[in-house]
Amino acid sequence: MKVAITSSGPTLQSNVDPRFGRCPYYIIYDTEDGSFKAVENKSSLAAGGAGIQAAQNISNIKVEAVVTGNVGPNAFRVLSAASIKIYSGATGSVKDAIEKFKNGEYKETTGPDVGSHFGMGRK
Amino acid sequence: MIISIASGKGGTGKTTVAVNLALSLGDVQLLDCDVEEPNCHIFIKPVFESRHAVFIPVPVVNQNKCDGCGRCQEVCLYNAVAVVKKEVLIFPELCHGCGSCTYFCPHRAIEEEKKEIGVIEIGKNGEIQFVHGKLNVGMMMSPPVIRAVKKHINKKKTVIIDAPPGTSCPVITAIKDTDFVILVTEPTPFGLNDLLLAVEVVRKLGISFGVIINRSGLGNKKTDEYCAGENIPILMRIPFSKKIAGIYSRGDPIIKALPEYIKEFRELYKKIEQIKVSPG
Repeated sequence: MKVAITSSGPTLQSNVDPRFGRCPYYIIYDTEDGSFKAVENKSSLAAGGAGIQAAQNISNIKVEAVVTGNVGPNAFRVLSAASIKIYSGATGSVKDAIEKFKNGEYKETTGPDVGSHFGMGRK
Repeated sequence: MIISIASGKGGTGKTTVAVNLALSLGDVQLLDCDVEEPNCHIFIKPVFESRHAVFIPVPVVNQNKCDGCGRCQEVCLYNAVAVVKKEVLIFPELCHGCGSCTYFCPHRAIEEEKKEIGVIEIGKNGEIQFVHGKLNVGMMMSPPVIRAVKKHINKKKTVIIDAPPGTSCPVITAIKDTDFVILVTEPTPFGLNDLLLAVEVVRKLGISFGVIINRSGLGNKKTDEYCAGENIPILMRIPFSKKIAGIYSRGDPIIKALPEYIKEFRELYKKIEQIKVSPG
């Protein structure tokens, strides 16, 4: 299974970025063989709809789960429609987040946990 | 002539200038295009005669015709469409109503529905014809409402347009196709910073412009120096005065309490006319 972790940088040592739509990178981790690759998030600077576009891109590359800090309502709608599971509340390094995910320490998110525009620095 | 009033920075005095210029000239049309928070009507006190809703077309997918190809998602510049598992998801609050998805859908599966995003109100007070727009609460797209206001431009009159603050789409929509832009600023570092951005926009649009320094006496001389260096005419100065602030906060125009300003605002208009006759 492919898991996308929102990341502030392109390595496993990078910190988890709390923003789903506007994080600079996704680390795409394969639970089957432990391989990973970093994918730049082209939506991070979108004028609007970053979460929607990011969820679309994640869905296009056949990711089945997302590990992130927070997810907003629009991204949540797209990810849910794509049957992608969302695990929010992750912090620390991407590496730690992957371990915690594999150990089943994150609970699946059942709704958006921040409002629109969270990733733009507003509350 | 159509004169628009813009600023870059908010709260510099666009409405003060728009309202007092309109009242000093008398026989004009005033359009309040700051549709996110219109306030000219507080000072003009017009009697409204009509009210019209403003709509944008929003896509609706006919599931019987859609095969989930994703073309609509690809052509949407505003991320208002997602297509996952052959299902089209539309986000109307992000839709600009551009019609691309409808146009490019190979199966003609997209229909358009009208969505109300605001209203315009038309009225008058004496000789002043007045139109303003109000964006509905929760809506983000003000340009269609601004365009709806500008459709009512009466070319037989001098038209004064109060633009929104900033330098993005709403401002450009408001000042586009006007003959002259008055940039209202205050002589502070914030005022100057945003004036520079506004000047860049107006120059790009190729509209002639000048500056009014409001709260003159406050801050520093840098705005004066900048305008002198760039050959930008300073059309008027409104002093930093507690009295003027008091008049404004009571919802009165300056010229009502200080009628000597009528002459100043008429001279402002004459200066603009002269610049238009002999530019540069």
